[in-house]
Amino acid sequence: MKIPILRLERILLVSIQVDLTDNDAMQFQSDLVEQVAEIEALGVAIDITALDVVDSYMARVINDTASMVRLLGAEAVICGVQPFVALTLVEMGRDLLGADCAFNLGQGLEILRGRIATRGDTRFSENEDV
Amino acid sequence: MAINAEADIQAACRAARQLAETLGFSRAAAYHIATAASELAANVLFHGGGGWLHAQALFDAQTQQALGLEVLALDHGPGIADIALALTEGYSTGKGLGCGLPGVKRLMDDFMIESAVGAGTCVKAIKWR
Repeated sequence: MKIPILRLERILLVSIQVDLTDNDAMQFQSDLVEQVAEIEALGVAIDITALDVVDSYMARVINDTASMVRLLGAEAVICGVQPFVALTLVEMGRDLLGADCAFNLGQGLEILRGRIATRGDTRFSENEDV
Repeated sequence: MAINAEADIQAACRAARQLAETLGFSRAAAYHIATAASELAANVLFHGGGGWLHAQALFDAQTQQALGLEVLALDHGPGIADIALALTEGYSTGKGLGCGLPGVKRLMDDFMIESAVGAGTCVKAIKWR
């Protein structure tokens, strides 16, 4: 099960729709970090709207992925945590999802754009080669 | 059902949720049960090297009403040497967040664990209606 990575200008979108096996998760993470590094992505939105059960293993995969993306220098946001997923994750233990979250992909993109703007990333503004 | 591959974890999780919904658990409780089943099945596979997960309804003998749902996880893996340590928040020997077992304990109402080093582990968790 390969997770497609979509590109929207300098932002990458991924949607996780099934539980990932160990191999899937590794494949997905290496695909993503490779792509982030390649295009020097400024942000990554990870959409988990379709996941209605998130156990501690999936929570770790999602957290780790967000951390990897941040280490590379991009912003990461998790979108679409389902109400019952939130309920169960908090019940299980705090900090299962450490990254920032947004209601949906639209809001996630807004957050990413806002954050990219405030961190004053001028690397790619028009006067790049000055 | 037998847990011998990663796909079995998802199947067990789905089956547990379906059973919970059939028994009339609230949606929140059904999700708690499904997550606990997924967690236990993952433990059976990753720590126990495969085993079984059994989910069954507990009925009142007289009224035949469903009282609760029991999830039983069984493996013949290496066993857990220090159960108290395994139930400690943040302690993990594998690839989790270290909140699997304590998480299941919180998600369910009753929680029992028996383990013998070298023989295997049995975890029983019950959610009452």
